[in-house]
Amino acid sequence: MSDTLGTDTAPGRQSQGTPGAGDAGRSASPAPPRAAGRRRSGRARMRLEIAILSGPAILVFLAFVIFPVVLAAYYGFYRWKGYGDPTDWVGLDNYKLILTDPAFHEVLTHNLLIVVLSLVVQGPLAVGLALLLNQKIRGRSVIRILIFVPYVISEIIVGTGWGLLLQSNGAVNDLLGKLGLESWQHDWLSDPDLALWTLMAIITWKYIGFAVILMLAGLQSIPDELFEAAEIDGASYWQIQRRITLPLLGPTIRIWGFLSIIGSLQLFDLVFIIWGPYIAGTAGTSTMAIYMVAEGRNAANFGYGSAIAVVMFVISMFVALLYQRFVLRRDLQGAVTDGGSR
Amino acid sequence: MSVTTAKSANLSAIARRRRPDRRGAGQKWGNPFTYFVALVLIGVCIAPVLFIVLGGFRTNSQFTTDPSGLPSPWSFSNYTDVLATQTFWGQFANSIVVGLASTVGIVVLGLMVSFVIARYDFRFKGAMYSLFAAGLMFPLVIAITPLYIMIKNLGLIDNLLGIIIPQIAFGLPTTVIILVPFLKAIPKELEEAASIDGTSRLGFFFRMVIPLSTPGVVTVSILGFLGSWNNYLLPLYVLNSQANYTLPLGVQALSASQYSQDTARILAFTSLAMLPALIFFSIFEKKIVGGLTGAVKG
Repeated sequence: MSDTLGTDTAPGRQSQGTPGAGDAGRSASPAPPRAAGRRRSGRARMRLEIAILSGPAILVFLAFVIFPVVLAAYYGFYRWKGYGDPTDWVGLDNYKLILTDPAFHEVLTHNLLIVVLSLVVQGPLAVGLALLLNQKIRGRSVIRILIFVPYVISEIIVGTGWGLLLQSNGAVNDLLGKLGLESWQHDWLSDPDLALWTLMAIITWKYIGFAVILMLAGLQSIPDELFEAAEIDGASYWQIQRRITLPLLGPTIRIWGFLSIIGSLQLFDLVFIIWGPYIAGTAGTSTMAIYMVAEGRNAANFGYGSAIAVVMFVISMFVALLYQRFVLRRDLQGAVTDGGSR
Repeated sequence: MSVTTAKSANLSAIARRRRPDRRGAGQKWGNPFTYFVALVLIGVCIAPVLFIVLGGFRTNSQFTTDPSGLPSPWSFSNYTDVLATQTFWGQFANSIVVGLASTVGIVVLGLMVSFVIARYDFRFKGAMYSLFAAGLMFPLVIAITPLYIMIKNLGLIDNLLGIIIPQIAFGLPTTVIILVPFLKAIPKELEEAASIDGTSRLGFFFRMVIPLSTPGVVTVSILGFLGSWNNYLLPLYVLNSQANYTLPLGVQALSASQYSQDTARILAFTSLAMLPALIFFSIFEKKIVGGLTGAVKG
């Protein structure tokens, strides 16, 4: 899947990034009989090194990342309260329940809305800000640190702060009153028509810094010579941005889009902290993950909760595969057959 | 040996080209509009954070009478009270322990496996890379229910290890994705030179790779530490007793405790909880952008 992140499409690097070519060359050279034994022991040694170096990481990863998902698939077929081994096999009942539950449809809609709005709002905003902050202006490094602050502080702090700011008698409404904008005062958090938009604003505030970091990193890897050449050719600032920067930033934008979609589908912390699982339901900000925790662990229905996790996983995977097929295709060229082998 | 030195000089030239230092060229003032947008942006980003920090200097009666005012008079007792509690320092220590242990684990395991993927030639290395890359699609949220049960069966509930080990596992995908391009970019000639000098591949790993991949390592360390420092969901499931809480749980516990009406105290606690992450990030911000450059573009 996201082989793209690490897959190197820069032709310049390709030539130097052929690890192991050295070995291939060495072992391919006509070996005198005496060296054959040494070569074999060299192979064994290499295998041993590979095992020692990659073993621990693979073990931990399989045990704590992959295995739980497999377990979820297994528990999802049971009605199970989490004590002892699951015995009450219910087949696909859990899944039927999830897919016919109107509450699940609602949270799914919220997730999809958040996915779309995040892409549409944060994407252009992040590109614009990155272009702005990549200019030669004074205090640039200070500005960068400051706009990353919301990204760096934890969801619990963001939630606590915004929760207090936005409650009906909170600072935001008070400030609006002082400015004579009483008609703008709202129940930002509890009004069902408004709460989702409030959530979107907080999400944008919180995660835009990450998008900007990625875009800045992408911008920095565009060689200066290109801009200089375009300037010499008489291109205007906007022409340069449109014809050079945006296309070259394309891979970064598409990767950010991927991370943003996955993140939006998994959204949990902010909603859980600001609204809590039950108020989120009435305010219309609940997400699939909230539904999972409320119906699964909090209701001690671990079988049902696991089934929800599986549904979330399938949805994420489906969206990710679609995205890869249609959006990341260009970045992926050669990655499937060649992933990590350069 | 002189070959190696020449090569490493060459490599640092590459590194310099990758992250050009534009400070020298940028000493003129730019467009005023740019500064205006930047100022608005900073205001939007910082105001809520300032609200939290300044709120800690207010009293609860100030909050009732004037929710959006500045501290007047400034009250320092909230901060000093929080700093005088055992609870805060205990949770602070837990966060530090969990953060450092997770970061070390992520970096050590991640660097080793990335080295294998980037510089060894064997049949399954593409699959190995894809395995970790696919990990991006298995976020903690999805795995949390069975993970909780696993941790329970391992007897690690209410144990800091029950957070550290899963955090290492979930930190690996990002780490591998960031580090592999870094390790690939180390020129092959360097490895050959080391080999001619009689250094084994493992020796090369310890003597050359670790120092040369520092920018990537710094990036993944920061991301790992921040991720751990801010993690909420996993501690929420795993930790039960107040003595084992990390700071995010402490903030939440405070909001749900006898202090739930004590807004000023909650804000003071919250400010102190975010301070280390902010300081840490400000110091290393430049390095993060530099380190990601490798991962984004390859």
